[in-house]
Amino acid sequence: MAMNASNKGGAAQQSDPNSFAASVKDAAIAGLLVAVLGFFFIGIRTDIAPGGLDLKMRWGAWIISILVVFAGRLLLNLFVLKTDSPLTQKIAGAMPSGSRFAGTGKWLMRALFAFALVLPFFFTTFFPGKDRQFIDLAILIMTYIMLGWGLNIVVGLAGLLDLGYVAFYAVGAYSFALLAQYLDIGFWFALPLAGILAACWGIVLGFPVLRLRGDYLAIVTLAFGEIIRVVLLNWYEFTNGPDGISGIPKPTFFGLELKRGEGGFADFFGIAYDPIQRFIFLYYIIFILALITNFVTMRLRRLPIGRAWEALREDEIACRSLGINTRNTKLTAFSIGAMFGGFAGSFFATRQGFISPESFTFLESAIILAIVVLGGLGSQVGVVIASIVMIGGIEMLRNLGFLQQVFGSGFDPVQYRMLIFGLAMVLIMVWKPRGLISTREPSVVLKEKKRIGADMVAQGEGH
Amino acid sequence: MEYFVQQLINGLTLGSIYGLIAIGYTMVYGIIGMINFAHGDVFMIGAFIALAMFLILTTVLGFAFLPVVLLIVLIVAMFFTSAWGWTVERLAYRPLRGSFRLAPLITAIGMSIVLQNFVQITQGARVKPLPPQIQGGITLMDGGATGIVVQLSYMQIIIILTTVALMAGFTLLITRTPLGRAQRACEQDRKMAALLGINVDRTISLTFVMGAALAAVAGLMFVLLYGVIDFYIGFLAGVKAFTAAVLGGIGSLPGAMLGGLLIGLIEVFWSGYFSVEYKDVAAFSILAIVLIFLPSGLLGQPEVEKV
Repeated sequence: MAMNASNKGGAAQQSDPNSFAASVKDAAIAGLLVAVLGFFFIGIRTDIAPGGLDLKMRWGAWIISILVVFAGRLLLNLFVLKTDSPLTQKIAGAMPSGSRFAGTGKWLMRALFAFALVLPFFFTTFFPGKDRQFIDLAILIMTYIMLGWGLNIVVGLAGLLDLGYVAFYAVGAYSFALLAQYLDIGFWFALPLAGILAACWGIVLGFPVLRLRGDYLAIVTLAFGEIIRVVLLNWYEFTNGPDGISGIPKPTFFGLELKRGEGGFADFFGIAYDPIQRFIFLYYIIFILALITNFVTMRLRRLPIGRAWEALREDEIACRSLGINTRNTKLTAFSIGAMFGGFAGSFFATRQGFISPESFTFLESAIILAIVVLGGLGSQVGVVIASIVMIGGIEMLRNLGFLQQVFGSGFDPVQYRMLIFGLAMVLIMVWKPRGLISTREPSVVLKEKKRIGADMVAQGEGH
Repeated sequence: MEYFVQQLINGLTLGSIYGLIAIGYTMVYGIIGMINFAHGDVFMIGAFIALAMFLILTTVLGFAFLPVVLLIVLIVAMFFTSAWGWTVERLAYRPLRGSFRLAPLITAIGMSIVLQNFVQITQGARVKPLPPQIQGGITLMDGGATGIVVQLSYMQIIIILTTVALMAGFTLLITRTPLGRAQRACEQDRKMAALLGINVDRTISLTFVMGAALAAVAGLMFVLLYGVIDFYIGFLAGVKAFTAAVLGGIGSLPGAMLGGLLIGLIEVFWSGYFSVEYKDVAAFSILAIVLIFLPSGLLGQPEVEKV
């Protein structure tokens, strides 16, 4: 038993670390910690009252939170952390192992693709009451998949850690909104312009940070993202500041507007008008845009420039000594990534019909980066899975109305969205630091394709 | 002239707060080479604890003697915020020690989101106002013609004095105690330090605890100086304090303080003479400019790259 414990590299204590007493002690420490941490936040609430602030004591909630953590930690200790046969091992044994999963990965991708292709009709047929809501959610997830794929070029392939990606999203959205407002340009004409403008901004913002690496690069890109947001917020005459821009035109189907009555899409094709048609149309636009992003990325990976990106990620100095122009390589990664961000931005503007700087905060950058990293840097499928899990899972909280019957009517699960999102980020990263899909497909192969383990890839350390 | 002196005083006060937060960034970066993204939010946590403790002492327990009240609030806030700092390290950094560099950055961003939303849910999204507690001050200049009176308020005196005292104590801690020695050893070479019998995990934890304690002091001062806090103050203050740490030279304690004062001065003068709206742009631009042209900062050691 003692041998076993030391083999597992457990805490070096004289007493048996796997005993029940040790588990209880550990859980008690966790409970005590929550008691300390929660005292001023769960136990006490300050509220604005007439004549200053008022204190409210909530001892019940405080004690419950301590007990919940104590019980949770105890169960975790008994069944997973401090036991000779962790439950997770049994589950992992029952599940298909990583290599077997990799074989099914291609089929999974095809199945996902086929489902995405027929998704709107699937929902209108099987969930006629909720189809609008589900298609809207699919549009949202697809937008994040596209943004994730765009950022994947910068972070996953070229290894440049960009925390200000939302800036290009904002540039794309505002380009289209302002072009439509001042020059009366429609969506399809503005889309390439927005992409080009975003790409230009990618070069403008990429140029000064060429020498930076790693965390420093991350923090400067964050600063750039915030600068763009603050400028959009304060340049009232041009961007309408915090009030945002509304009345952004909807996309047309080869000149046909998706509206009721004469001259609309439904009228032209002689079918009955249904507001859902607009959602289906929007879904296919973002679906095609996302596919283009993926296709371009996959093709670029095979071109010299794509290989240069990956070489840059692995070792910048080796790259330079082999004669690769690192400046141009970095700038193309920045600008192409930014271009797809710009496309996604103008789609966002046309979908919402209204944009304001509030939609482009640092949190949005963090979410996109989280999707890329949690999916597994450089993995296209990983981005899809991470988007579905993180965005879809979080949005599903809106449908948990039944929890109100359990916790009382004051309980609003939507409030907990971002809290759960943050916790999920921490937990998934601790569980799988290399992301959900951690093996890589080599872009150039000799004779046979071998899978590359994640530990062999430098990925995104900003070298 | 009077306006200038007044802005100078205001800038130094604000800079002291930034400096205290910046020390937390600079120490953590020095020891593990990573940006503690959640540090700004630890500062926010400290501000909320200070506010709640202040209200407990004054309204519930009925203490009236302000210096004692503030001292108790300071100690309680430092203790409880330290517990938060320790937890952040334990959850977001320790499990990923030795993992690839992006992983802890993501967990730290995740912790930052968690802390903000935790406070928003438990304390509400509305701002918490606290009426000014320490009033009055010393009139330094009575500019007759311009009509601008330069005043050094007691609040500002307290902030600057506390900062100086903490800095002195802290420098002693780093240079003279075994703990400080262990920290400097870990900063230079973590593996070698571990071979020589230093408990590296414990040292890193204590670094986070110390940073959080100083952030709590900054939080208390922020509450007293501005009188308004909400769950989002940590982000901007965090970015500016990080700018201060980089400007002073990351890893250097006097550098962090110097950087904090400079950032405070720049922000106040920018708002005073140019535009209030773009004061954050000024801070962000300085961050970018310093990192690009002066990556080792004013007092930092230049990084030697080995191939």
